[in-house]
Amino acid sequence: MDKFQQERYVQLENVNMSFTTKKGIFNALNNINLDIKEGEFISIIGHSGCGKSTVLNLIAGLLTATSGNLFCAGREIHRPGPDRAVVFQNHSLLPWLTCFENVHLAVERVFGLERKSQLEARTHAALELVGLSHATDKRPNEISGGMKQRVGIARALAMEPKVLLLDEPFGALDALTRATLQDELMKIMEKSGCTAVMVTHDVDEAVLLSDRIVMMTNGPSAEIGEILKVELAKPRNRLELAEDTQYNHLRSEVLRFLYERHAKKAA
Amino acid sequence: MMTAISINKESLSESMQEANSPVENTKKVIEITTIATDKAKAGYKPVDSTPSKFSVQSKAFLQWLIPPVLGLLLLVGIWAMIAKFTAGFPGPASTLKAAVVLFSDPFYSNGPNDQGIGWNILASLERVGLGFGMAALIGIPLGFMIGRFEFLSRMTAPVISLLRPVSPLAWLPIGLLVFKAADPASIWVIFISAIWPMIINTAVGVSKVPQDYMNVAKVLNLSEWKIVTKILFPSVLPYMMTGVRLSIGVAWLVIVAAEMLTGGVGIGFWVWDEWNNLNVEHIIIAIFVVGIVGLLLEQALILIAKKFSYE
Repeated sequence: MDKFQQERYVQLENVNMSFTTKKGIFNALNNINLDIKEGEFISIIGHSGCGKSTVLNLIAGLLTATSGNLFCAGREIHRPGPDRAVVFQNHSLLPWLTCFENVHLAVERVFGLERKSQLEARTHAALELVGLSHATDKRPNEISGGMKQRVGIARALAMEPKVLLLDEPFGALDALTRATLQDELMKIMEKSGCTAVMVTHDVDEAVLLSDRIVMMTNGPSAEIGEILKVELAKPRNRLELAEDTQYNHLRSEVLRFLYERHAKKAA
Repeated sequence: MMTAISINKESLSESMQEANSPVENTKKVIEITTIATDKAKAGYKPVDSTPSKFSVQSKAFLQWLIPPVLGLLLLVGIWAMIAKFTAGFPGPASTLKAAVVLFSDPFYSNGPNDQGIGWNILASLERVGLGFGMAALIGIPLGFMIGRFEFLSRMTAPVISLLRPVSPLAWLPIGLLVFKAADPASIWVIFISAIWPMIINTAVGVSKVPQDYMNVAKVLNLSEWKIVTKILFPSVLPYMMTGVRLSIGVAWLVIVAAEMLTGGVGIGFWVWDEWNNLNVEHIIIAIFVVGIVGLLLEQALILIAKKFSYE
């Protein structure tokens, strides 16, 4: 792959998105331009309702942009594909399948031509990666929220996607579980080296995990307000960073953007 | 009434679990205090004053049993009162006597118009089975397609809303005309009255499949076959089972009326025959039989539905 494409692995070009509602046309996104490098970790942050999930769904191919172009690895995005795996906020595991079967469903689809034993090995490997080998045969309602989200991550990673899309992946978890999973996600991303786009409303999460933070203005007609580069050495350690001046500076930058310049009026 | 009982059963097992845990907790507390005060009060032994497991269980069982038994006794009481003041209306005692005679030989056969109660019940069940089975074979797949394709849903909506409220027996003459025989006509009536709940509930189930699951299907790029078997079918199953249960209830309701009109062997015709013989005890027995068979069918389906539920 040439350098040009590596620099623009995922590309959003003048993307506009509007929805037709009962009250008329709602313009959600206005002229979004974003280039994501290969292997980069991008966070999209903004107040709720600013259309950050819409950006993610557009990259996933679940939505089609009203105008503008989206590319992934040089090819136009026009529908969902296994090269862009999604981790949903509410895990979205099928409750009638075990953890193994949930992951296997994805593996089977992507690597269907391989032998059966190989597919099973892939599934087990994915579950092991997220530390869930012991819960292989459990159903989603038999495990905790954190474990469910791990299965969701395992399902996405098992597809060996080019881009991992995370939609507020830890939003529904308690603070302690969230921290553990963030640490694990950092390790996993380092190992796999895959490109990631994460939607979040957690400032610490964004600074800790990302290479760049995309800050969005409030909707309707949300735009990219500012892009913040996070130049902290990896691997990152949350305890050491807590007292790091650069980390705290970045953190307050994001906070200032969210609460000073683009504060949301109280609902 | 049966639903109330099954709910009670669940609350019974819950209350038994609750009843068990405090016992264990008290034991633990007692153990801890024993250890702590062991030296101070040498030789002290805590007395286990909590009632034994058996008596807790039997008490809960009695509490569960009393209300339904009371209800049934009330019914029999009212029946006995009415019988006492109405000439020719048999009371519980004489009905029971007649029932004992009737059920001592349920499978005799003296020609087509005089057969044991067992044969009559089986004949009715067979008709219900055939009519209901065909309704399920056509209604469930149709419901799936209606739920999946908006066009088909809008196309069938007026037809369904027009035909569904029609009284089942209104279909009988059509059946007689087309099939020129009583038996297929009554099966036809069962079929047409049992099909609607299955179509409608299955279709509703398909349209209620959570969007999250469909998003998963899209992101994983699942084939239509996988979508149907791994996502649609399991998530529609509870709705479908509700439809099946309603259908079998309707079918069993309708069969008695249909058989009264068509004749032959069957519980409905039997009731009518006994009315002509002025054998009122047998009519009352038939009412109980119809009620109990209907209840058993319903319970069997609830059991099957529970097997399929994943929650």
